[in-house]
Amino acid sequence: MTIADPVDIGTRERFSSEGWLAWLARRSEAVVIPVLALLAGLAVFGVFLMLVGKSPADFYGLVFQAAYGSSFSWQNTLSRTGPLLFAALCVALPAKLGLVVIGGEGAIVLGGVAAGALAAALASWPGAIAIPVLGLAASFVGAVWIGAIGWLRYARGVNETIASLLTAYIAIALMNHLVEGPFRDPASLNKPSTAPLAEHLRVGNIPGWDVHWGLAVGVVVCILSWLLIDRTTWGFAARIAGGNVRAAEVQGLPVGRLIISFTALGGAFAGLAGMFEVTAVHGSANASLAAGYGYTGILIAFLARQNPLAIIPVAILLAGFEASSGLIQRRMDLPDATVLVLQGFVFVAILLSESLYGRFKIFAPERWRAG
Amino acid sequence: MKSVSSTKGAIGVETLHMTMRFGAFTALDDVSVRIEPGSFHALLGENGAGKSTLVKCIMGFYHATSGEMLIDGHEAKVPDPRAAHALGLGMVYQHFTLVPSLTAAENLVISREDAPAVIDWRKESARLEDFMTRMPFRVPLDRPVRALAAGEKQKLEILKQLYLGRRFLILDEPTSVLTPDEADEVLGHVRGLCEAGAITVLMISHKFREVEAYADEVTVLRRGKLVGQGPVADLSRAEMARMMMGDAKLAEPAPRAGIPGPIILSAMGVRAKDRSGLKEIALERLEVRGGEIVGLAGISGNGQVELMELLTGQRPHYAGSIEVKGAPFEATRSEARVLGVRYLPEEPLHNACAPRMSVVENIGFRTFDLNGSGSRFWLKPGDMRRRAGELVEAFRVKTASLDSPISSLSGGNVQRAVLARELTGAVDLLIVANPCFGLDFTAVAEIRARIMSARNGGAAVLLISEDLDEIMELADRVLVMSEGAISYDRPVGEVAIGEIGQRMAGHH
Repeated sequence: MTIADPVDIGTRERFSSEGWLAWLARRSEAVVIPVLALLAGLAVFGVFLMLVGKSPADFYGLVFQAAYGSSFSWQNTLSRTGPLLFAALCVALPAKLGLVVIGGEGAIVLGGVAAGALAAALASWPGAIAIPVLGLAASFVGAVWIGAIGWLRYARGVNETIASLLTAYIAIALMNHLVEGPFRDPASLNKPSTAPLAEHLRVGNIPGWDVHWGLAVGVVVCILSWLLIDRTTWGFAARIAGGNVRAAEVQGLPVGRLIISFTALGGAFAGLAGMFEVTAVHGSANASLAAGYGYTGILIAFLARQNPLAIIPVAILLAGFEASSGLIQRRMDLPDATVLVLQGFVFVAILLSESLYGRFKIFAPERWRAG
Repeated sequence: MKSVSSTKGAIGVETLHMTMRFGAFTALDDVSVRIEPGSFHALLGENGAGKSTLVKCIMGFYHATSGEMLIDGHEAKVPDPRAAHALGLGMVYQHFTLVPSLTAAENLVISREDAPAVIDWRKESARLEDFMTRMPFRVPLDRPVRALAAGEKQKLEILKQLYLGRRFLILDEPTSVLTPDEADEVLGHVRGLCEAGAITVLMISHKFREVEAYADEVTVLRRGKLVGQGPVADLSRAEMARMMMGDAKLAEPAPRAGIPGPIILSAMGVRAKDRSGLKEIALERLEVRGGEIVGLAGISGNGQVELMELLTGQRPHYAGSIEVKGAPFEATRSEARVLGVRYLPEEPLHNACAPRMSVVENIGFRTFDLNGSGSRFWLKPGDMRRRAGELVEAFRVKTASLDSPISSLSGGNVQRAVLARELTGAVDLLIVANPCFGLDFTAVAEIRARIMSARNGGAAVLLISEDLDEIMELADRVLVMSEGAISYDRPVGEVAIGEIGQRMAGHH
């Protein structure tokens, strides 16, 4: 038998592409809400400043001047942006699968140690080969570190947020053990470090800039991550699993493999951040690796709504805050931790704003006609 | 048996022409029930029959659209659950509402509305001991609730209601998390309290055995209407089953074409744990041929969800085999693709869609990585969109736009979108669970027609449904699932409805 038209359902709706207004409205939610949350966080921090007797106008003026006011301040900001890009990706990629991984700091630190320790063995290699090998080694260590968190989550149901946070502390302790013990350069007296890198293994600056190559690689990696998530079938499968893991399982998607590969990829990027810190900034692996980039990366990823492209401008913004902390300390007589307080206010505002999504009709064209 | 209280005793509740509408949907239609003081009254009905709606109206969670209620013989208005509590009405839920880390005594005291800000535990303990001596059964008061067995917890839930001075108790499937022995013990005590005149009980149940053993009277609802009422002693199990399922005019089998082909799905000797981990799912033999619809009837919670999980690769089995077209089947994406296996899980928005992804993306779940017969790495958003547009048109999915999140669609349209995705392409095996649950008439007719057309096209269809009408209308063969096993297998023409009812109720 044929079953044409079992029931007449009346007027049929036709589909053309959505108008540009609807297109814009649908996409602007992910921009407008975080921006408003950011402004709200800055405003509340302004009240905090007034309570401690400082002028918010002076403060934000100084931040702008210190972060973006001159070519020197831009370079200062951008050289802090590189590691933040990697650290934010370590949060954003697992987030596509619905995982909140906040322990990127551990992968950064161990990636740095791996690069610092391996560099001593590769001192005789030409830089063009040795540096990529250092990058691969650091990525590998980071991938194993964070990928293990993904595996624990999938195979054993261990909460990835807690696990990644706690393993970050283990990673830092492990780094201290390694740079003070087996990998210590006997010549490093005050600050235990691995042996200084040979000059040809140091990563230099982007030509014409006073910013090392980490920034360029970070930007490229952000763009590649966006392509992976938005334009490849792997990214699409990950978004299905992140959107509803039951639906993904019914579709036969390899949920476990997706979770492990996305966490491992995030970890690899964080490891790479550690490698650039060692090869381009510190020149050896030591306790300076635990600079908190991994934690600032969490804030960036959330502000960027886990979108790798949005991570780039947001990382520049947050790097600017960090770059200005020295000037604020000197000129406003505020403690070093002030920028952390600011970040905390912004983060709370972002978390609160999570509850606003889907609340506003203006962003949902299908509800416009309902009046 | 001692009376719980001399001054307070059981109270009766009566609803008069109670009707509850949600929009155009009538959940409860002119239902009048009289529950005598001190009686043990059972409320029977399939899922969606209106049992929960009725008790929620009594407890003040819902406000009935029309109708009245008498409590203890007086007309009463119950604006909210707090008011119901004040009138002596209480409810014990299917799942425990105790705080696991606190002791039984602590749970009892904090449940009081007048619990003081600073609790004098010595005084409270003395009062509790005194209270317990007046109770027909006890639970250990000083151990954390998490250390108690399920039966003890349920007894504590009931004690809590008595402690709070409730005189009319609604029990919502109180034994669903208990073993049969625990269930008998708890219900025996409840029955004792009724006989002593301490409480009146209205129990929602699926289990005929418990209704027959403990209840005095029974009320049966079906599709929001009262379809049967009377003393339990006067009703046979078959009669109750018939009332629940409505023998009046069971749907006629829908017209169909073709004859069954070779076996497509076969599950033999499959053993797996159920959701609670306590019981076993045991499928001796389940076979579905091409060109036939096998309807699997059963009351919810008898292993249907687990069966769906087994067939979608979400639940491991430790014995037996599941095969599709003779090949072992673990429900990987490539197996499902090669063998043409498709699914319509129940509640499609929660089990088959990513709610915040768009209609285009959700319709693309089956094919986004497909490139001819091979796979692809780069998405093709243009193709995906075009295809989704065509399917939305062909399956008449009503959506404001292709880019709308699928969660903004109505239930019927979500199901149409999922059907569009699952029924397009080569379908050799279609596994469906409660496809029409909660949908309006038009969507139901259309979706059933689509399933029938897949069958006529040669697909093997396994239809897991709690709606017997749906099974009688669509199935070629009827199976019954009860307590994790399949216990009945007849062509639809030879089905005896009373027998199905007994099988569903757990009579083998």
